[in-house]
Amino acid sequence: MQTLKQQWFGNIRGDILSGIVVALALIPEAIAFSIIAGVDPMVGLYASFIIAVVIAFAGGRPGMISAATGAMALLMVPLVREYGLDYLLAATILTGIIQILFGIFKVAKVMKFVPNAVMIGFVNALAILIFAAQLEHFIGISTLTYVFVAITLILLYTLPRFIKVVPAPLIAIIALTTVAIFSGAELRTVGDLGAITQSLPSFFIPDVPFTFETLQIIFPYSLSLAIVGLLESLLTSQIVDDMTATESNKNRESRGQGIANVITGFFGGMAGCAMIGQSVINVKSGGRGRLSTLIAGIFLMFLIIVLGDLVVQIPMPVLVGIMISVSVSTFDWSSFKYIVRAPRTDAFVMIATVAIVVYTNDLSKGVLIGVLLSAIFFVVKISTVKITQEGNCYTVHGQLFFASIDGFVDYFKKADIKQNNIQIDLSQAKVWDESSVGALVKVMDLLKERGIDVEIVEIDQSSKKLVEQLNSLYSSS
Amino acid sequence: MYKHILLASDGSENAVRAAKEAVKLASYNQEAVIDVVYVVDIEKSKYDVLHSNSKEAADLARRKKNSKVLQFLNEANVTYKTTILRGEPGPEIVKYANEQGVDIVVIGSRGLNALQEMVLGSVSHKVMKRVNCPALIVK
Repeated sequence: MQTLKQQWFGNIRGDILSGIVVALALIPEAIAFSIIAGVDPMVGLYASFIIAVVIAFAGGRPGMISAATGAMALLMVPLVREYGLDYLLAATILTGIIQILFGIFKVAKVMKFVPNAVMIGFVNALAILIFAAQLEHFIGISTLTYVFVAITLILLYTLPRFIKVVPAPLIAIIALTTVAIFSGAELRTVGDLGAITQSLPSFFIPDVPFTFETLQIIFPYSLSLAIVGLLESLLTSQIVDDMTATESNKNRESRGQGIANVITGFFGGMAGCAMIGQSVINVKSGGRGRLSTLIAGIFLMFLIIVLGDLVVQIPMPVLVGIMISVSVSTFDWSSFKYIVRAPRTDAFVMIATVAIVVYTNDLSKGVLIGVLLSAIFFVVKISTVKITQEGNCYTVHGQLFFASIDGFVDYFKKADIKQNNIQIDLSQAKVWDESSVGALVKVMDLLKERGIDVEIVEIDQSSKKLVEQLNSLYSSS
Repeated sequence: MYKHILLASDGSENAVRAAKEAVKLASYNQEAVIDVVYVVDIEKSKYDVLHSNSKEAADLARRKKNSKVLQFLNEANVTYKTTILRGEPGPEIVKYANEQGVDIVVIGSRGLNALQEMVLGSVSHKVMKRVNCPALIVK
C-alpha cells in the first residue's frame, strides 16, 4: 500500500481538478437526498461537506467519495416523519458508533459472505427506490414540469458527447434555472421544500431526551444505517480498488465511515456513506488520492456559501431529471441477462432481494433476507449426495455431514441390491462429522440384515480419522 | 523491420484477426516482440465487481477473455509479452504506444456501421489518429 504522503500528495493536479468536478456533481444529489429523507437541503449539504472532509483523513480507500447518499436517505424516511430531525441526528451519531465497532471487530470480512446476487439486488433495489422517490415531484403537477424533466434528461444524455470537462448536470442546472427565472415559469423550486443557510455548520448536541426510550427508537434505524452504509462503502471501495488496480484497508474504511458519521451528527448532518457514482466520476476525472475527497467537500461548502441564493431557485423538475439519470446509472442493466443466465437459485435470490426492498422500503431487510436465502440454497445444494452404481461398486459423490446423510441412507434403504457383497467408494466424497460415520454404520447394519457384506474403499486422508472409528466398532463386535 | 509490435487486444474475434497480421509482421524480424496490450475498461469496473464473487474470479474472467489471442500466438510460435492497462481503451493504448515508442500498432476494427461509429466512437480510428507511429487497422 502507498505511504500516507503519496496518498495525499501523489497526484495533486489530478486530485484538485477531479475534486472540483465531484463537488459540482454532489450538490444536486445532496439536495435531492435531503428531500428524499424529508429534511432541509442543508442537512444533506452539511453531511456531504463534513463526511467528505473527515473521510479524506479517516478513510481507508484514497480517492473514494463519501457523502449523503440515497441508500441512507431512504432508510431515514420513517424516523424523520415520526420523530423529526433531532432524532435523525442522534441516530446518525449512533450509526457512527456502531460502524466504529464494526471496524474494530473487523466486520468487513463478513462482506465475503454477501453473495453477488444480493449485491446486484441491492443496487437494483436502490435504483428503483430512488426513481420511485421522484414520482411525487413530477407526476400530475403540471405539463411544464414534464417538459422540464424531459429537457433535463435530453441535456444529461447528449451534452457529455460534446462537453467533457464540465459535468452535464451542472450545465443543465445553470441553463434551465436561468430559463425558469427569466421566463417566470411556474415551477416548484428547491426553495419551496426547504431553506438554504449560507453559513458553515456548527457544533450542537441533538435535542433528544437521553433515555432508554430514545435509544429504543433510534437503535433499529442506526443498525440498518450502519449495515447499509458499510455495505455500500465496501462495495464502492472494491470498485475503486479495481479501477485503480490498488488495494485498500477495509477495516480502516469502516472505522472512518463511523468517525465521519459521528462528527456529521454533531454538526447537523445526516448519516452518509461512500457513493458508487461519485467515486467513479472522481477516478475517471483523474482523482486518485485523499486530496480529491477533501477538495470535493471543501469546494462544495464554498459553492453553497457563495451561491446559496441561486441554489434555492433550482426548479424541482431539473433535480428530478438528474435523479432519474442517477437511478438509471445505479441500476445494473445486465441484470436481465443475469436472470436468464445465472444459476436459478442466484437469479431467485437477486429478484427476492429487490422485491423485499421495494416492498419494505428498507435496503437492510432485503440484504439480510437475501443473504439468508442464499445460505439456505447453499446448504441445500451442498447437502445433496449423489450415488452412482457400477457393478457392485457404489460411488458416493458429495459431502457427507449431518444435513446430507438422510439422502445417503435412504438410497441404500431403497436400493435393489442383488449382489452378496458390495463396495462403497468414498473417493468422490468427504466425511465431515460423527453423524456421517453413524450413517455409514447404519447402512452397513441395514445391508447386513439383508445378507449383504459391505466394504468401504477409497477414503481420503482427512476422512480416514473419522471412519477409523467405524473399523474399531466393527472389529470389537 | 518492426521490432516492438503493439497488438491491441480486447479478446474478440477482431483481435484474433489482428493477431494474425501482427504475426506476419513479426516473421520478418528474428528479434521482433509482439506486445499484447489488453486494456481493462474502468467503465466496466462496477459490472465486473458486481458480477464476480471475488477479486480473483474477476481477474480470472479477464484473463480468459484474452485467452483466444494468446492461444493463437502460442501456436504461431512467436515471441510475445502481455501488458495489462487500466482506463479508457483508446487513450490508454495511445499513451502506452507513445511512451514506449513502439514501432507499429496493430489493432482490429469492430466493423461498426456509420451510425454506430457516430454514437459509440471507433477506438481503432482514434488510436490511428493519435499514435506517433504507423498503425495497422485490421478489418
